Amino acid sequence: MTTIKKAVAAAVVAALVPAYAAAQGTPAPGEAPLKIGVVSFLSGAAAGPFGVPARNAAEITIEMLNAAKVPAPYATKGFGGAALQMQLVDEAGSTTTQVTEFRNMVQRDNVDIVIGYISSGSCLAIAPVAEELKKLTVFFDCGTPRIFEDKSYKYVFRTASTATMDSVGAAFYVRDTMKAKVKSIAGVNQNYAWGQDSWTDFEASMKQVSPGVKVASSQMPKLFAGQYNAEISTILGAKADVVHSSFWDGDLEAFILQAGPRGLFKRSTVILTTGETAMYKLADHIPDGVVIGARGPYGPYAPDNELNKWFSKTFADRYNVPPNYAAYQMTQAILGTKAAWEKAQAANGGKRPSTEQVIAAFERLNFESPAGKVEMAIGAGHQAITETAYGVAKKVKGKMTVANVKRYPATMVNPPDGVKSSDWIANGFKK
Amino acid sequence: MSAARTMSAARTPRTLALILVAILAAGPFAPQWTMFLLTIALAKGLVVLGLMLLLRCGLVSFGQALYYCVGAYAAGMLGRSAGVSDLLTLMLAGMAAAALVALVLGFLLARYRGIFFGLLSLAISMILYGLLVKTEALGSSDGFNVLPSTLFGIRPADAWVRYAVLALAAVVTFVAALAVHRYLGTPLGRLAPAIKDNEIRVEYMGASARYAIHVKYVIAAALAGLGGALAATTVGHIDPEMAYWTTSGEFIFITILAGTGSVIAPFLGALIFGVIHTVAFDLSPNTWQMVLGACLLVVIVFLPNGLWSLFRRRRAG
Amino acid sequence: MSLEQFLAVLIDGIIYSAWLFVAAIGLTLIYGVMKIVNVTHGSFYALGAYAAASITGALLARGMPPALSYAVLLGSALLVTLIVAPLIERGILRFMYVKDEVVILLITYALFLILEDAIKLVWGVNPYFIAEPYGLLGSFDVFDLTYPYYNLILVGVAIVCGVGLAWMLNHTRTGKLLVAVIHDTEVSRAMGINVDRMYLFTFTFGSLLAAIGGAFTAPTVSVVPGLGVEVIVLSFAVVVIGGLGSLPGAALGAVIVGLVRSATVHYLPQAELFVIYLVMAMVLAFRPRGLFSIAEARKI
Repeated sequence: MTTIKKAVAAAVVAALVPAYAAAQGTPAPGEAPLKIGVVSFLSGAAAGPFGVPARNAAEITIEMLNAAKVPAPYATKGFGGAALQMQLVDEAGSTTTQVTEFRNMVQRDNVDIVIGYISSGSCLAIAPVAEELKKLTVFFDCGTPRIFEDKSYKYVFRTASTATMDSVGAAFYVRDTMKAKVKSIAGVNQNYAWGQDSWTDFEASMKQVSPGVKVASSQMPKLFAGQYNAEISTILGAKADVVHSSFWDGDLEAFILQAGPRGLFKRSTVILTTGETAMYKLADHIPDGVVIGARGPYGPYAPDNELNKWFSKTFADRYNVPPNYAAYQMTQAILGTKAAWEKAQAANGGKRPSTEQVIAAFERLNFESPAGKVEMAIGAGHQAITETAYGVAKKVKGKMTVANVKRYPATMVNPPDGVKSSDWIANGFKK
Repeated sequence: MSAARTMSAARTPRTLALILVAILAAGPFAPQWTMFLLTIALAKGLVVLGLMLLLRCGLVSFGQALYYCVGAYAAGMLGRSAGVSDLLTLMLAGMAAAALVALVLGFLLARYRGIFFGLLSLAISMILYGLLVKTEALGSSDGFNVLPSTLFGIRPADAWVRYAVLALAAVVTFVAALAVHRYLGTPLGRLAPAIKDNEIRVEYMGASARYAIHVKYVIAAALAGLGGALAATTVGHIDPEMAYWTTSGEFIFITILAGTGSVIAPFLGALIFGVIHTVAFDLSPNTWQMVLGACLLVVIVFLPNGLWSLFRRRRAG
Repeated sequence: MSLEQFLAVLIDGIIYSAWLFVAAIGLTLIYGVMKIVNVTHGSFYALGAYAAASITGALLARGMPPALSYAVLLGSALLVTLIVAPLIERGILRFMYVKDEVVILLITYALFLILEDAIKLVWGVNPYFIAEPYGLLGSFDVFDLTYPYYNLILVGVAIVCGVGLAWMLNHTRTGKLLVAVIHDTEVSRAMGINVDRMYLFTFTFGSLLAAIGGAFTAPTVSVVPGLGVEVIVLSFAVVVIGGLGSLPGAALGAVIVGLVRSATVHYLPQAELFVIYLVMAMVLAFRPRGLFSIAEARKI
């Protein structure tokens, strides 16, 4: 090809790019709908238990908001009258992909707000980019406390508690329900940040709650290993009083299926901090007495308020399964953003608020969600705290329920503002 | 093949310069997200350039992500521990770190050929992945964030950051591509197809195939480290997944997509891959893997020499 | 190290080895005969698991006696392989054998990506599981440790597959033809062996072995998207350690990896994440072609 032909080809390619960009659509001024970028796992292992339920929750919440069918205090249409338009992005792929897609959403597709992210790795990578691009971003599920403990952000919020709460709550539940003194603990957690941090926090909390407790074994199999015979054998041999696991999805289910017939649940008290996602499906394999966590007051631990009644019924009617904690968290994020938006709009004389005004309204906001009260109390007003609850599985007339539920108020299971989780635990949970 | 190559090879430096000028000139007018995409394409293209070098010897590294990751972590750790944020310094540091590791590992790896070379390099990259995931001080699987880049002491204004990074990346890539192009014209560089064809004859000729491969391996690693450092500072985040086999798979995907015809091919391939990836995500968020797989299949079946063969001048006769 | 612990390491190791072996022999067979590194191996494992889980689950819900579920597991693997494998081999791979082995690997990688999403489209993203076959046979005790008998079934399947394959290769006509093709494709073709038919047979049979691996694993796990991804890398490691194309190599590789991993989990859990790759690297460092590599004539 001659140089001229090559230049023409290059020009054509160069022209395609802006054409593609233009095809994305530019926002109309005035009463344009609000574009919400929703990021959740649509493929891969996390899609089943978290990604897709969260997407479903986003879908139905946005639909109901646009039809103004949500109970008070969220009865107005959309966000303050403006309709909502959802743009869905798959959270799968490397962090490079996620950052690329975030930038595309914000700069190419002109979304107004981004709500999403389940993986802590994504959240850590996206937060500085959100700050750089000055786009309001609400994390709804990722657990790492590092986001607001390592740095502070203006444009980033998280409307669910961090994973620290799960581990601390589990330790408190053990303290309050196990009559005999706990002498040894063991753990089976996935060998990556989530599992490592969950175990570290649980171990540290147990050492505060039961001084002198020994770690009989800490198993850290690879994520998605699927085969846990060796780990189960080791834990059985360790004869610990309490076994902690933050396994999720396929790994959790495989673990339950493999551990049950081998008698692990009979030998030790097993705590499954994300057990709620598997409790109905695997009801026949979870014996009574297994401690079930839902990462907060979600699912079976949700309060019996109007919002929850509306949410669980609407979700179950549409998707034929009750909403799990990922679904609750997504709806919580959307409703929290709505509350902040409308507060800012009211302060702005009824006109559409700017991003900065919404941020000012969001900081230290308290709002209601189907899971109860949410306070944006720590992380300089950007990180939410909620209460948590733990209970044990119990079959009542063949149906899986939770019993012996203990609730812990938000300030008891979350660190105070400005204090790092690990320091807070090491100092005996000082308020 | 050699005659056609010499013909277009003479044009390559000119084409490279044209592309550099085009990027520098058009950059300020391009949308921000396009500049980001282009910068990432340059970073990945550098890795693929190295892979292309190895492919010419008949070697495919299934673990090139190792050096990409080493470069990225070197850049990130320099930032974290010494506060270095100068982009050029970080890129060079990444390159040096990767080259050093390759120098050592090359003594082992240069002895292998074919699929075993590939699989051993895969094993080593997975070992690094495992070690990084275990290292909680480096954030384990969550990784850590990288300091915002400065260029020669200046932090560009927010609106100009993307352009500044792209411009520096384009210049560095130009230099690297030109260097590789020149290298391919040297006697050691020309040994590659000979090694691929028949190594024993190469030895009979008096050249050391092992030495040649070791050198190329180090060069490929240096390029990958350079790319890794660039990618890390552009994305702003580093994590162990950069050493995972799926990352290596992506690089090989691009290598085949691009073809080995010229030093420009890897960058074209990386850009097109980036576009396909992003379009697939946008248009079919639920089935983008299938779209990617189908595209790869189509290219392999209909364009066996990669996309670059579209640009190759076809000689009559 | 107590006797109980030692026995636990041994038993866990054997169980894991059995699983690895079934997962990996298809891969080594296909490489040995066709000289291709088949990434769709992971897809067939996943297909076997999904088919087994969904079909067995559906039949059990309709009242099939659980004792039959083992046959259904096998049948599901057979069904799904017989549909998909010939389609791939005749439809796409057949035209690609002339290409470089790396290019063929990439083609199988592209097919793997496509199949991943195809599985998602057919079965959805929610986990499937069928636990009845796992618990049906009860369990046995070794000192303080309880093991379900099902694990012995897995070991049994591994032995049957290994012995069966070895017998087939050495004592049946097809098997002997395959051995000829393994040693030298060109000469075999010159001798009149229908190499194309051998390739179709090998690809289907190798994929069937992968699917059986998936099907018999399904009762012990929850079948989720991405199930095949982990298996690919593990199978590769086992096969490379044993020597590509060698059946006894695959067995030895599986046993080594299984026992090493089991010991690591019990005694050095921190290293579990990468120990298999370490073993792979070390074996390759000393025996570049794996432990039992097929002798290849050096061509000048």
